[in-house]
Amino acid sequence: MADFEYQDPEPELSENQKKEIAKWFLLNSPAGEIQYVAKDLRSVLMDEKVYNMAVSEAFPLYNKSYMICLEMPDRSGDVLVTSFGELDENEYLDPRTAQVATVDHVKQVCTEVRHAIDEELPSAYIEEFRCALDAEIIKYVGEAYPKGVCSVYCINGKDVEEPGSDFELAVVISASKHSPQNFCNGSWRSVWIIEFKDDQQVVEVRGTMQVGAHYFEEGNVQLDANHECRDSTILQSPEDCAISITNIILHHETEYMTSLEASYSNLPDTTFKELRRKLPVTRTLFPWHNSLQISLTRDITKELGIGK
Amino acid sequence: MEAAMGLMRRIHPKQTETALSALLSLLPDHSSDLLSQVDQPLQVLCDVECGKEFILCEYNRDADSYRSPWSNKYHPPLEDGPHPSPELRKLEIEANDVFTIYRDQYYEGGISSVYMWEDDNEGFVACFLIKKDGSKSGHGRRGYLQEGAWDAIHVIQVGAEEEGTAHYCLTSTVMLSLTTSDESSGTFNLSGSIRRQMNMDLSVAEGHLCNMGRMIEEMESKLRNSLDQVYFGKTKEMVCTLRPPPEGVQLRLPEI
Repeated sequence: MADFEYQDPEPELSENQKKEIAKWFLLNSPAGEIQYVAKDLRSVLMDEKVYNMAVSEAFPLYNKSYMICLEMPDRSGDVLVTSFGELDENEYLDPRTAQVATVDHVKQVCTEVRHAIDEELPSAYIEEFRCALDAEIIKYVGEAYPKGVCSVYCINGKDVEEPGSDFELAVVISASKHSPQNFCNGSWRSVWIIEFKDDQQVVEVRGTMQVGAHYFEEGNVQLDANHECRDSTILQSPEDCAISITNIILHHETEYMTSLEASYSNLPDTTFKELRRKLPVTRTLFPWHNSLQISLTRDITKELGIGK
Repeated sequence: MEAAMGLMRRIHPKQTETALSALLSLLPDHSSDLLSQVDQPLQVLCDVECGKEFILCEYNRDADSYRSPWSNKYHPPLEDGPHPSPELRKLEIEANDVFTIYRDQYYEGGISSVYMWEDDNEGFVACFLIKKDGSKSGHGRRGYLQEGAWDAIHVIQVGAEEEGTAHYCLTSTVMLSLTTSDESSGTFNLSGSIRRQMNMDLSVAEGHLCNMGRMIEEMESKLRNSLDQVYFGKTKEMVCTLRPPPEGVQLRLPEI
């Protein structure tokens, strides 16, 4: 990612080096904070040309990596900016409405929409599977995520017309919450790659879940968690596939959420204790008033070789 | 400078070092401000003479050498590096001894160093440093952590003694990172840094070391507590807002 190294500040940095540094800051912005980072960076750089180069390169990557959600101007819903839906750098497919949204990456808005042309959409056969899964996932996301957005893409074999060939769908779930006034931002992203294998009549499911949270009131604390898992089910009708795949996703995401909670509840008495105990091993506050004596006793035990 | 500090507040605490060197190269004119305002993870050097490790910071550095609190010598050797006065050095030795025990009791491992120097107002300044590697491969007693680092920096300004009392101003920073990782629950990392200040006027009857020690102990407990309860708690709250914990959902759908 970052291909710059700190060098003696003597030789003036080239424009390219400055741009790479600026990009590094932008790409490493926490969820929902790239605009703030860009603003600060602009005043640090004091070079509009470098700034503009950096933002134009970094924003598209950041938007896709966080799978940001933008409102489409014709009130037809939201479009997710993901690499799965990317037709070209500024055009993203929304498979649900069969529309293509034009995106202004730096402003993080959707400027216009058009109908997708046939070549951009999957065949009717694939669409049956995609659409059935989308419907189930919408139901699930609606219940599990108060602010979740989801999309189902065909990422391989979109022109398959009938049984007999393999194809792949991708389920994307993205939920984020930004409350800068409470100094807190967070995002949940999960991507499920669904391989429909015709010859073995199985559906293989691979998932990656990524969770991040940032709290920065008088400090800077960040959570970074991710998990990968696999599962499979049998190839059935589009409707039955949709139900069993959604159940697999629900099962793994619920399990992961439980393990996240467990990680948090283990903190005070196990994991955090590895760094520093709440109380000393003696379970009483440190006897500072006796400290000289303690240190003498320690010296003696050390000298006599009776210590640890 | 304000914008630079804004960036430091947002960038991941694990990337502090990279971010700082990036800012130093973009803003060479602000290097001393940046170095004094941005806390970096602590580094360690071995005092060959005593066979003990000591912690490096701006306060024991002169040119490219660092003074060891154990032998009082600069590493690599330096002809005329500054040393504390004999009287203050005596307190420094004692503080290092006592702080070693304090550190052992709270941290069950780790490294500590204390440095002192005279300041211009007839008082002195002391810097207490602790570095703990709590990972499985480091000093983690129980083997829970894949990676675990705790760096604490306490700088205390001690004012001149007046009618048996002195003013103490403590500024403390804790930087930490902990990672657990396993097949069934993936990788879980919490990292962060916080800095706080505490001011007190205390009787010097029991000695400066006692007063400084108690302040540091109280501060460390407060910082640990607020990281645990407030900061980690807020990130947990955020996660639960994004995807509220299972119960309600689980009732409706059968397990597979």
